[in-house]
Amino acid sequence: MSTNGAYPIDRIRADFPILSEQVRGKPLVYLDNGASAQKPSAVIEQISRTYETEYANVHRGVHYMSQMATDAMEAARVKAQEFLNAADEKEVIFVRGATEGINLVASSWGRANLKPGDEIILSVLEHHSNIVPWQMIAEQTGAIIKVVPIDDAGEFLVDEYEKLLSPRTKMVAVTHVSNALGTVVPVKEVIRLAKAQGSAVLLDGCQAVPHIPVDVQALDVDFYVFSGHKLYGPSGIGVLYGKQALLEAMPPYQGGGEMIDRVTFEKTTYAELPFKFEAGTPHIAGIIALGTAIDYLNGIGFDAIAAHEHDLLTYATDQLSAMNTIDIVGTAADKAAILSFNIKDVHPHDVGTILDHDGIAVRTGHHCAQPVMDRFDVAATVRASFGLYNTRDEVDVLVSGIKRVQEMFA
Amino acid sequence: MSTDLRDLYQEIILEHSRKPKNAGVLEDPTAEAQGNNPLCGDRITVYVKLDGDRIEDARFDARGCAISVASASMMTESLKGKTLDEAEEAFGRFNTQMTGKEAPELAEDDELSALMGVRDFPTRIKCATLPWHTLRAALKGAGDTQITTE
Repeated sequence: MSTNGAYPIDRIRADFPILSEQVRGKPLVYLDNGASAQKPSAVIEQISRTYETEYANVHRGVHYMSQMATDAMEAARVKAQEFLNAADEKEVIFVRGATEGINLVASSWGRANLKPGDEIILSVLEHHSNIVPWQMIAEQTGAIIKVVPIDDAGEFLVDEYEKLLSPRTKMVAVTHVSNALGTVVPVKEVIRLAKAQGSAVLLDGCQAVPHIPVDVQALDVDFYVFSGHKLYGPSGIGVLYGKQALLEAMPPYQGGGEMIDRVTFEKTTYAELPFKFEAGTPHIAGIIALGTAIDYLNGIGFDAIAAHEHDLLTYATDQLSAMNTIDIVGTAADKAAILSFNIKDVHPHDVGTILDHDGIAVRTGHHCAQPVMDRFDVAATVRASFGLYNTRDEVDVLVSGIKRVQEMFA
Repeated sequence: MSTDLRDLYQEIILEHSRKPKNAGVLEDPTAEAQGNNPLCGDRITVYVKLDGDRIEDARFDARGCAISVASASMMTESLKGKTLDEAEEAFGRFNTQMTGKEAPELAEDDELSALMGVRDFPTRIKCATLPWHTLRAALKGAGDTQITTE
C-alpha cells in the first residue's frame, strides 16, 4: 500500500478512526481534504481530555482549572507560532477560521489604512472568502479592487500582476495555494514586488499549510491566515498571523471581554496583543486540539507528507490524463494535492452522486471560487483533494468510479 | 450498479438529459424567469408563451446536471396546452411528491414519476425542483424575474 518505502501509511491510516467507516457498504475513500480534513485520534482524544481534566475559562480565574486551561491554550499559541515561524507568540491571533481572519484584517486594517482611490490587488484564484471582505471594505472606504489574471493552465500571471502594482497599491491579498485548481502561487515573488511599492500583503494559507512548510519571516509576509479544520484539527478555530507593528497600530475588530485593559463609561483602553483581537471566551478546547494537530503533523514531518502527496497527485494526474473524455482543469507546473476535472458531457453533480455510491467522497461544484469557474467557462468541476492518509489504491478506486460514470452516460 | 442509483438515473432520465425537449431560447415569450442554485452554480431560464390563460409554448435554457435538465425537459413537455390554474396545480403536485414525507401515489402513465428516484437523494432534490420553481416565478411575475433555491 505504501507509495514510498519509509512512509508509514498503514500506521497513519490507523490513526484516523473515520477511515475504517463504510459508506453504502464500501470502504470510505475520502478525497475531499480540500474542504475539510479528517481528524487523528490524538486530536479527537485531546478534545475529550480538555473537558475531562483541564477545563475552565481562560485568563480569568485564580483557581487551578483556569490556570491549567490557560497554560494549555497558551502552549498551543506557541505551537502555532513555531509552526509558522513567527517572531513572537503575540503575533498569533486565534480566530474562528481563515474567513474570520481575513474579515478581521479587511475591516480593522482596512478602516485604518484605506482611503478613496487606494488599490487592493486580488487574483482570479481567490476563494470567495478572500474576495467578499475586500469588496465590503472597498465599498466603505472608496478603495478600488484590481484582479490578477491567470492563464489557461491556472498559473498566476506575475507579469500582469507587476503591471497592476503602483504606489496606489495598499494591499495585496492572494491565496498561497488555489483551492479550486491546486496552483501554488509564487508568493515570495508576489511579496517582494508588493514590498517594492510599499504595499502590505495578506496570504490565504488554507490550502497551503497542510502540504507546504510555511515560514512567515522568510516570506516577509504581513498577514497569513489558515483554518484548523483543513490541518487535521477541529473546525471553528483558525489562526491569523500578523506582524506585531501592524497589529498594534490596528483598532480592535470586536469589542467585549478579554480584549480590554480597563473599562469605564467614559473611556475603555484595550488589552495588549494578542488579546486585543480575541474578544469573548475563545474556542478553548479547539485551540488546544489545534496544537495537538500541529504536533501530529510535525511527528510525521512535512518533507515526508509533501513527498507522499506529490506522488499521489502525479499518479492520479497520469491516470486521469490517460482516460478519454476527461478534462483536467488546472495544469500549473507547481500544484499541491488538488486535482480538478470534468468528464465530457456529464455534470459534476451527477459524477459526485455516482462516485458517492462507491464510497468516494469528492467535492463537486464551484468550490466557492466562481471567478475561477468563469475563467474556464465551466459551471463547476469535480475536485479530488488528497491528504496525508490517502493511497494509490484509493486513486485506483476513483478511476474505476469514473469509468462507471462514463459507461452510464455513454 | 446499486438499485437506487439505477432508480435515480433511469433510462428515460438519461434520455431526456442527452436530448432535452424544448431546450433553447423562446423568442417573444409572454413571461420568463431565471432560476439559480447558488450551491452548485447551476442556472436555468424558463420561457412561457401564453394564449389567454393557456400555455401555448414553454422552453428552457439551462446549464445544469442530468436531473435538472431532465426535469426541465419533462416539465416543459407536460405544460403545453395547460391553463395557468392547471400549471399551478401541477407545480403543487410535483413539489409535494418530491418533498413530502409520504411516498407519493403516482399514475402509471405519468412520465414525471421517473423523477421520484430523486427522493432518495436529499442533496439532489433541488436539482429536480429548480425548473418548477423557476416556471412558477415566471407565471407569477409574468415578466422578468429571478429566483433562487437557497
